[in-house]
Order: sequence, then C-alpha cells, then structure tokens
Amino acid sequence: MDRRDFVKLTGIGVGGLMLPITGRIVSASELVGANMDFAAKKALANIALEAATSAGATYADARVGRYLNQFITAQEKRVDNIVNTESAGIGIRVIANGTWGFAATSDMRPESIANTARQAVAVARANSKFQTDPVQLAPVPGVGDVEWQTPIRVNALEVPIKDKVDLLMEVNNAALDNGASFITSVLFQVNEQKFFASTEGSYIDQDIHRLWAPFFATAVGAAGFKQRQGLGNPVGMGYEYLDGDPAEQISVQGANVGYRWSYDMVKDATDAGKQLQAKLKARSVEPGTYDLVLDPHHLMLTIHESVGHPLELDRVLGYEANFAGTSFATLDKWRSGNFQYGSDIVNLFADKTQKHTLGCVDYDDEGVRTKEWDLVDEGILVNYQAIRDQVHMIDQDESHGCCYAQSWADVQFQRMPNVSLRPNTEDLSADDIIADVEDGIYIVGRGSFSIDQQRYNFQFGGQLFYEIKDGKITDQIEDVGYQSNTQEFWNSCVAMAGESDYRAGGSFFDGKGQPSQVSAVSHGCPTTRFNAVNVINTARKVG
Amino acid sequence: MSIYTEQEARALLEKVLSFSTADECECNLDGSTAGNIRYARNTVSTAGEVDNVTLSVQSAFGKRMGTATINEFDDASLEKVVRRSEENARLAPENPEHMPLLGPAEYVEVNSWHDSTASMTPEQRAQMAQNSIAPSKENQLVAAGFLNDSKGFSAIMNSEGMFAYHRATNVDFTVTIRTEDGRGSGWVTRDYNDVSQLDTATASAIAISKAKGSVDAKEMEPGKYTVILEPAASVTLLGNMAGAMSQRAADEGRSFLSKKGPDGAAPAEGEPTNRVGEKVFGEQVTISSDPTNPIVPTPAFAGDGAPVGRTVWIDKGVVKTLPNSRYWADKTGVPYQPTAYSGGGLFGGGVQLIMEGGDKSLEEMIRDTRRGVLVTRLWYIRQLDPQTQLYTGLTRDGTFYIEDGEIKYPIKNFRFNESPIVMLNNIEELGKPVRINGSMIPPMKIRDFTFSSLSDAV
Repeated sequence: MDRRDFVKLTGIGVGGLMLPITGRIVSASELVGANMDFAAKKALANIALEAATSAGATYADARVGRYLNQFITAQEKRVDNIVNTESAGIGIRVIANGTWGFAATSDMRPESIANTARQAVAVARANSKFQTDPVQLAPVPGVGDVEWQTPIRVNALEVPIKDKVDLLMEVNNAALDNGASFITSVLFQVNEQKFFASTEGSYIDQDIHRLWAPFFATAVGAAGFKQRQGLGNPVGMGYEYLDGDPAEQISVQGANVGYRWSYDMVKDATDAGKQLQAKLKARSVEPGTYDLVLDPHHLMLTIHESVGHPLELDRVLGYEANFAGTSFATLDKWRSGNFQYGSDIVNLFADKTQKHTLGCVDYDDEGVRTKEWDLVDEGILVNYQAIRDQVHMIDQDESHGCCYAQSWADVQFQRMPNVSLRPNTEDLSADDIIADVEDGIYIVGRGSFSIDQQRYNFQFGGQLFYEIKDGKITDQIEDVGYQSNTQEFWNSCVAMAGESDYRAGGSFFDGKGQPSQVSAVSHGCPTTRFNAVNVINTARKVG
Repeated sequence: MSIYTEQEARALLEKVLSFSTADECECNLDGSTAGNIRYARNTVSTAGEVDNVTLSVQSAFGKRMGTATINEFDDASLEKVVRRSEENARLAPENPEHMPLLGPAEYVEVNSWHDSTASMTPEQRAQMAQNSIAPSKENQLVAAGFLNDSKGFSAIMNSEGMFAYHRATNVDFTVTIRTEDGRGSGWVTRDYNDVSQLDTATASAIAISKAKGSVDAKEMEPGKYTVILEPAASVTLLGNMAGAMSQRAADEGRSFLSKKGPDGAAPAEGEPTNRVGEKVFGEQVTISSDPTNPIVPTPAFAGDGAPVGRTVWIDKGVVKTLPNSRYWADKTGVPYQPTAYSGGGLFGGGVQLIMEGGDKSLEEMIRDTRRGVLVTRLWYIRQLDPQTQLYTGLTRDGTFYIEDGEIKYPIKNFRFNESPIVMLNNIEELGKPVRINGSMIPPMKIRDFTFSSLSDAV
C-alpha cells in the first residue's frame, strides 16, 4: 500500500504515511491469541532449511512470521474504521550457485514449505545464469535457541477497544472544542511475532511491539484553511506510552510542549485547536536568511532524510539506484578520513538497541546481534549502515545488524537502523538554545519534506513556526520552508541542548526497495541550532 | 490455488453468504500471484515469488458493522469467519454514516487478462533483465532495474444479490542506467497488461541514450521556464491533485475546490459549496476515467459493487464531477460518483486518469520548441499547501535544455515549487497521450514552470 492508498482509507491529506496490509483481517478476540510454540516454529523452519539444502542451497534462512495490526480511525465525532489484521506465513531465502533466491507462502503445511524452499532455489538458479558477483556473507555465529520481547508494560492489543475509541473521541472533542473544524485521529498498533532460523544454527524468536497515535486537525477560516498534526512520537512501547505522564513533557517558553517517553494526546489536541486559530491569523514569513532552532519532533525527519538515507551502503553502492537513488556520501569521501559531514560538534550514531525506539531488537532479520556504532564522529564521516552481504565492500568483516523485512512475504534487505544526534554533554535546555538567537525561527513538528535522490538539496517545512527576536519567542508565523544542502546544513550546526531535552521521534512507515517495503525507525536528538539557513515562503496564490 | 475463475469465486461466495445471520453481509475475495526480479550494478540482486488469497466478510446489524477475514476455505473456516464478523459487528459503535448494501447490477465487459503475462517464469524474467543489462555493459554503463509481473482476481458478492468479478494481469518495468563515473543518468518506465508488448531492450535504449546525453550538465539559473514534461514527469502531480478532488472535502471548506462566500466567509445557505461548473483549468484540459479503455482497462465496478462507466471529471477546463461517497451523495442530493475498484487487498492501487491530448509525439513537440527545458521525471514530490495544491520536488534522470527545436545540452537538476492548478492553466501544447502507471497522460508543454533552486544530484 502506498501513501495515496492510506490517504484514501483515512481521508487524511497529510503526512508521509504508509501501511502494509499483506494479510487477512481478524477479530479482536483472535488478535490476542497465544503466539505459536517455539518448538512448532523450529520444526517448520527446519523443513524449509532441509528442503533448500537438499535442493542444492549452500545457505538458507527461514522466517516464520505472524504479523498482527490493529488500527482505529476516528473522524470528528465518529469511528470510521476498526480493522484487525493478521498475516502469517513463511519466507525462505537461499543462496544457490552464489546467487540469492526467495519464495514465500502462507500455506504452512510441510509439503508446501518444502515446495516453497525448492522454488526459492529454482529462482536462484535461474538468476545465477546472469550473476557476475557471487554473494559473499560476513561470518555470523549460530546462537542456538534464543528469545526476546520488546519491553512493554501494557500490550496495546489487549486493551479493550472501547477504551481506545473513548480516547480518540476525547482527543477529537478536545481539538474541536478548542478551534479545530475537523480532526482525524488514528491508533496504530503493531505486533511482529517472528522466528528466524538459518543453516548456521540460529533459532531466534522475537516478539516486537510498536505504537503510533497520530492526529491531523484542520481549521477553516475566512482566508482558507490550516492544518496541524499531532506531536506524538511513534515508539517501540506498549499502551503505557499514552499515559500522559507530565514528567515526560518538555515546555518551551512562549511556544509548544514536547513529549519524551509518554504522550498526552488530549493535551496535544487541545493545544492543536488553539494553535490552528493562531495559524489562521499568523503573518506569512518574510523570506531570507535566518538562524533556525529545530525542535526534536522536527529535526528527527531532517536527520532521517539527510543522514539516515545517504549513509545506507546499498544506496552508496548503487543497489537502490533505480528507486530511492544513490548517495553523495561516496566511498572516496569516507576513505579520505577527513570528509567534513558536519561541524565538529556533530556526532551522529546508528543503533538498534536504544530502549523504546522503533528499531530496537536483539537480532536483525538475518540473525545478527544488534549494536551501536558511529556514523559521523566530531563532524567526520566514519562509517555506513551495512549487512552481511555488503560489509566486505567496505573492508569490514562484521555485519552492522540492520537487515529487515516488513513481513514473511518479503525478502529481507538493508534497512535504516535508528540514526541519532548525540546531545550536548552540557545539559542545556531548549530555552537556553533560543536565548542566544537574535533573529531566528523556531520550527516544531514534521511538515512537508523533499530531498533529491543523492541527498544534496533538501526543502523541509514544519507544523508550527515561531519568530525569535533577541533571544525570545515572539509571534507564531506561517508558510516557512527552508532549503539547504546536506553538508552545508550540518556544517552550520552551532549549538544543541543536552540529555534532558533528548527525544526520539521516528518514521512508522519508511519506504524503500522494489517491491517497496516499509520499516519503522527512530531518530533521537535534542533541540539544535543551525545558523544562516535559507528560508522561503511556501504560500502562493492560484486561480 | 490463487486465481479463482468467475464460477469458482461465485460458488465459494454463495457458500459464505449461506452462513450469514446478519441484517446485511458482503464478501470480497481477492487473490494474486506475483513474481519479480531486481538487478543493480549490471547483475541480478534479488528475485522472488509470492502467492496470496484473502476472503473478507463484512456483516452489519443496523448501523453496526464488523469485518473479519480468513485465508482457509474449508466449510468450517468459512462459517467461522462469518461468525467472527458478526461478533465484531455486535461490538462496534453505530456508524451514523453507514449505508445499506447495493443490489444486483449489470457491468460492462473489460478485458485485462493476458495468458502471456499469467504464464511468466523465473527464466523469462531473468532473460528480460539480461536484455537490459547486456546493452548497458556494452556501452560501459551501469544498469539497475526492476521487473514485476502479477496475475490476480477480485470478486464481490452481497446478501442483496450483487456479484461482480474481475481478473487482470500486469507487468511493470523500470530501469535506471548510469555512467560508471556517476555523471550521467537516464531512466525509463513501462507498464502493460500484456507482457508481449514489453521489450526491455528497446525501453533500456532510451535510458542508455539519456545516461550518455546527461554527462557534463550545465548550470542554469533557477526561475520560470517553458518546460516539456514527459508523461512520467506529470503523472504524480496530476494523480495527487485528482486525489484531492473529493466532493466532501470541497463542501466542508478544506479543498482547493471549496467555494467561498463574500469576504471569505462560508457560503450562505443554498449557495454552492464547491466549484463544480467553474472553469478552474485551461480549456485544453479534459480528464476522465473509463474502465473500458483498451490500453488501460480497470474493473467496471467500485469497491461496493456499484457499476462504474466513463466519468468526465474535468471538461475543457471546467470541473464537471467530483468523486463522493454514497453517504455524501445522499446527504447533498447529488448523484453517487464512484471510482473503479483499484485492485486487491483492503485499499487497492491508484486511480486511472485519462487525459486528452493532441497528435504530436514528444520528439515533434521538442522540434517545435524555441527555448525550453525537457523533464524526464520528477522525484520526491511533497505537498506544501493543500489549498493551492503547491508541491515541491526535483527533476531527475535526464533534464535537458532545448533551443531552436533541438536538445542543446544537459542541465543540472532543479528543485521545483509549483502547483498543478497553475500548470494546467499554463499549457502551451499537449502531445499524444501514452500509458503511464495505469493512466493515459500526454506530454505537456507548459510555460512559466517554477524552478526554485539547483541540485547537485545526478
């Protein structure tokens, strides 16, 4: 499903959203049914591994997956949709004649699994005729039988539907009572139960939970209409994220409230209603050069687009040339050891281990233990994101552990881990950062975002814009977009807040690959300042 | 079995309905088999095959509605899925916008199935990829491409006696071909129902020519230029705009087609709330949908089983029809305007657009252009303002300066900030429409297209 289809489903006209629906819809009661037994999954996976090996595969892995989603959509005073989906099946990936092959089936009878494994080998053999570079896998030790679960307090799928409907109704009413004319609120709950087995002796069972509660509010006024999205982050947490713990709120003088590891959706909807009324009256920005202070709910997406994507090794090497594109961060720049990606206070790291993040797992989808590593160290490009069949191309012998498939039916490939900006060692607040700015703009929330296929030129918007004059936030303004070049932008980074301001936003449905697959990824960062950035006015009159 | 015939689908769905005890019951059965091959760096990278069939049952008691789905088809499973949907319906809150089911209808014949595509094998896919890789290698270029073929069917039946069935095959091909030093890049896309129409070597030759021709791109100042947009460059902008043409959004004041009263106030009671009947675009603009179009056929029914025929959305620049839901049509007293069921799964694919054009080929349009910019495709298109339909994005994989009827030299890629509404008011000329992503779109010559900055990307 692409973004347009999601828009059709929900009537939401905003946001870079995608939702994979590969499976069947199930009843609410069925969603909380017990996970399949470890031994049963191991037996099914072994059928696949044995059939593949017998057919001539030199390597095979099998992923037995059960993917549960529930999403609830509410518009204004009514619930539009309550959908429960379940998708179960097995995906089998093999190497034969030095070439990858893949096949998947939802029919999990032993004979069907064996046939599917043989089909994967047949696909590999057909392609090997034209293969010129045999696959080379970095070594990974077999880990035997292991299990892992996302640390959650409350499984969202076990919360009664009525409670969730009541929450969304309260959210919608809060926005409508405070200035919004329309609102769509959505609750996405995802549970991936996935079992990985390989011919290298790993049997890894992981139970992964994710949650996202966005809303999209609109106010109609005499001069037209304005929109404001919620500031809740998608997280690797249970329903406890929606507790609205005040200790997890971060306030900025004269502007917004931000959210760390707990979200008060009703408060955010109330604020959204009021801010929409202010947006309708706000003056349009004067284009020019400004110092920008970017809040974490906004900056996460800038990091995603201008750091996360260009440092994916498959893009750098050309494997994504036909779709997502390639990268300006070429191997010669990395090999030089002195490519100044950002200013010397910029430290960007990758991981799949930060608790509560979307990327957090113990093992990736090819059985590699996850870890944290540096991408940009004191401004210098030092590494990429790579998986087992790629690391030999950057003279490394250990996978970074960031291989992922969106479901059993899709082949796993290199996906972005969490990519985050390290906070200042001095624990400055967002207010401290703003206090030093003479003439600037404070941007909150993710808006329109667009970047070229090599990740040089970008243009980003936001949800809320505030003028900063002499260290203080003055008015809410509108129609702000900034255009820059990735390297120039990160080299204009002059200040950032500290650990207590650090928040992880994320993308729940990041798209890549052909056929396109989505994945969920977080980006942590503090409020950060960039000097002298080109700001354009995005308003325009049309007939 | 992933592909049911009409008779098999009818028999299965009749059995499903026989288990229903709800006031209303509607079932969808969708199945597909898809195969793909992906290549990069002049060699095959990944390939696969996936099968799936899904039965979805929707039951309603009054205005309470529930849905459940299953992919096992023995009698016990069929009864179970009906019971589950009924259980969900009893738990759901009343939806004030629930509409009763539609009854039986007649549908026009549509042929979207080709055995040539339905019988594709991994060996065929590998050869088609090789036909694209080999000429790239011969030219010291690097190819990355993707070929995806599918066969699928969709059937709908409900307790009011409605039954609709459609089956289709599809093949999609794209390839990006770059110079080894990364200074040139070309791209091409093709999609058909019948794979025998697809020649990956001929298509790749276009990408090869653009890759070679785009080396040593010159910088041009950003600003307003006359452009020739190839169909691949305009189809997403047009699709996004068409997707924002909902009657309800317009009536509610949150669309570029909303009608305002004096001084921007909401229209007075009884006054029009949307711009149907107004000339919003240039008079060259006529856009329709038609399931029976022989080049881009679609199902002749909507997701609720309503028959879909030819619908004119924009006629000579005048907004004629806005798509709506049955609820909104009923509430506002206008005819229901459904769009064709767009594929399997819960949400389906895109909307088919047929835009009228002229007779000239792209080459003839270039020949008749004194000064302009040829745009192969636009990339990373994102909305900046929903009320003006202002979008941003970048040119990619072949941007050229035209002078005195000839392509003079390649130019660096631009970021654009432009609205399709402005674009469709600034048409100089339309060429002959071609199939692109399931739609028919002409090449367009547009004046004063706004490029806002330069990009270093190739």
